[in-house]
Amino acid sequence: MSDPITRPGVAAPRDGADPTGTGERPASATERGIGRLGDRKKARLDELARASADKGGVSLVRDAFRRLRRNPVAMFGAAIVAVFILVAIFAPLLAPHDPAQRFDELTKNLTVDSIPGASSGFPLGSDPLGRDFLSRLIYGSRQTLFVGVLATLIGLALGVLIGAVAGAFGGWIDNILMRFTDVMLALPALLLAISLVAMASKSSQWTVILAVAIVNVPIFARLLRGSMLAQRESDHVLAARALGVKQRSIVLRHMLPNAMTAVIVQATLTLSTAILEAASLSFLGLGDPDINRAEWGLMLGVDGVRYFEVRPELAYYPALAIIVVALGFTLLGEGMREAIDPKNRR
Amino acid sequence: MSLLDVRDLSVVFQRRGERPFTAVDKVSFSVEPGQTVGLVGESGCGKSVTSLAIMGLLPRRGNKVTGEVFFDGADLLQLRPDDMRDRRGRDIGMIFQDPLSSLNPVVPIGVQVAEVLERHRGMDRKAALKEARELLDAVGIPDPTRRLKEYPHQISGGMRQRALIAIALACKPRLLIADEPTTALDVTIQAQILTLLKQLVDETGTALIMITHDLGVVAGLCDTVNVLYGGKVVERAARHELFARPRHPYTRGLLDSVPRLDAPRGERLHAIRGSVADNIPWAEGCAFAPRCDNVVDACLEGTPPLEPTATGGDLRCNNPVSEEVAVP
Repeated sequence: MSDPITRPGVAAPRDGADPTGTGERPASATERGIGRLGDRKKARLDELARASADKGGVSLVRDAFRRLRRNPVAMFGAAIVAVFILVAIFAPLLAPHDPAQRFDELTKNLTVDSIPGASSGFPLGSDPLGRDFLSRLIYGSRQTLFVGVLATLIGLALGVLIGAVAGAFGGWIDNILMRFTDVMLALPALLLAISLVAMASKSSQWTVILAVAIVNVPIFARLLRGSMLAQRESDHVLAARALGVKQRSIVLRHMLPNAMTAVIVQATLTLSTAILEAASLSFLGLGDPDINRAEWGLMLGVDGVRYFEVRPELAYYPALAIIVVALGFTLLGEGMREAIDPKNRR
Repeated sequence: MSLLDVRDLSVVFQRRGERPFTAVDKVSFSVEPGQTVGLVGESGCGKSVTSLAIMGLLPRRGNKVTGEVFFDGADLLQLRPDDMRDRRGRDIGMIFQDPLSSLNPVVPIGVQVAEVLERHRGMDRKAALKEARELLDAVGIPDPTRRLKEYPHQISGGMRQRALIAIALACKPRLLIADEPTTALDVTIQAQILTLLKQLVDETGTALIMITHDLGVVAGLCDTVNVLYGGKVVERAARHELFARPRHPYTRGLLDSVPRLDAPRGERLHAIRGSVADNIPWAEGCAFAPRCDNVVDACLEGTPPLEPTATGGDLRCNNPVSEEVAVP
């Protein structure tokens, strides 16, 4: 761009300069000149536009993603989340032992007053049943990820359904759905989850997932309904209506995609609360009854608390894992919120 | 027969427990095919509400629309919502004030133009995008192929308004309603957009209703001008007539308050005194009376009637500005 000759459009006026240099032109030629000038201007604009062209458009999502990448805190959160997901995926490769297997080397020295610590082959020592503590921690990430993601997705799906219907139709449908969500929001989240788990005849990991999901439904529903209502009043929806666009297209193409950003951010934040809530339920003994399943909340609640004076590490490590992972999702979610917020857009 | 014939259109906003507010009060006007009609007035005089009522875009609750809006012989106010929806965008297009917020921020421009073609002309996406490219080219957007894939926030304000015009004219409607289409743009872009609008309506024979508070826009574009005040038409005249001989004191005031290049330096701009808040209800007299220099006793004794003038217009005034006074 430094060389003026190669700059698009700069050469163009030269071609159009009066070749005779007399400066005298009949009136008709001047008129034609204006026409040509207009054409040239447009051609030049075309040229300039092409010169500065990047491939295709940059969508708001990609734009937000770019801002997210520049945010070190969000990237730190993303790194934690990435490590956590990788550990969960490759748990069988990373873990030195089967998490459910009881080892003679460990049970040999196992008493109520003493749980063996680190030894060769067992870097973090034993859990109260003579199983490898490190392997259980690593496998616990799978369970945590599974429960957290599934609970969030189910909550998100139900919440989006309720919120979208309420926001799109308004009126009495909106009233009924929102009073229902208000009732659910009025109950403390954990209390509601405990009641839901207690209602199930037999607790399993699915009751935990469903309970955590249902707790999050009203949050998503309220949030989406609010932004749907705001979208309904927006100018571009009015413009779409002025074009005769069908109601279904207006809701699905014009309102929902614009209203979803807030909900997607909330989903990231919900992942961390879902993990915490699932861990709390396990901690309270309302989780999966299968003692062989490695789960951080269960490890913290049952083994950690019971043997805290014998080996506090049994509580420390699962608690630390829960805190770090929840922190990672929170930082990432906050970063996403900032990135998507239009006020931060330059 | 007129293309659009609005007769006694009234819009009353009514909320439970509040006094009803008449935003548009028995407004009548007509638009001939290919004609450009201006609706002029200050904020809150009912310009936009009139256009939304014609389009059937007012909220379903909280207001009452009465009167008749004949378009092509059919009363738009009596149409079923589905029939009205079919007409919007196909027979009647509309352009709004703020080009950024009138475009869907998460959908590329091309898809937004294509959407209306798919909806009303039954095109598939590919054909519609091809047509969209030509439409963008026709409204003077440079490098239209690339713009098709871009999002509204990536293009300039002038280009956004051009894109909106392309969308509104995509199905070659017979009537285009432009609601302050240049207010959000800077002056040079305003001129470009107005030139473009004029060129397009001339080429396609589209009738245009131009809603504006800017008399400069009216002067360059409109064939007939309706001046609205407090929800009522107070003066209707052909463009040249209106600018040469404004009869209503309000019209006169509006014209006087336009800055002029040939005015002596340092001269204060003439303003209409008071504000819309001083209006009295039409039932008690002329709403403009408290702000009017020509006020007479009759102005406070009931609504002045809208009467035809010698020059073929209409006027609602008891003591009009005398014809001899020529505007400098």
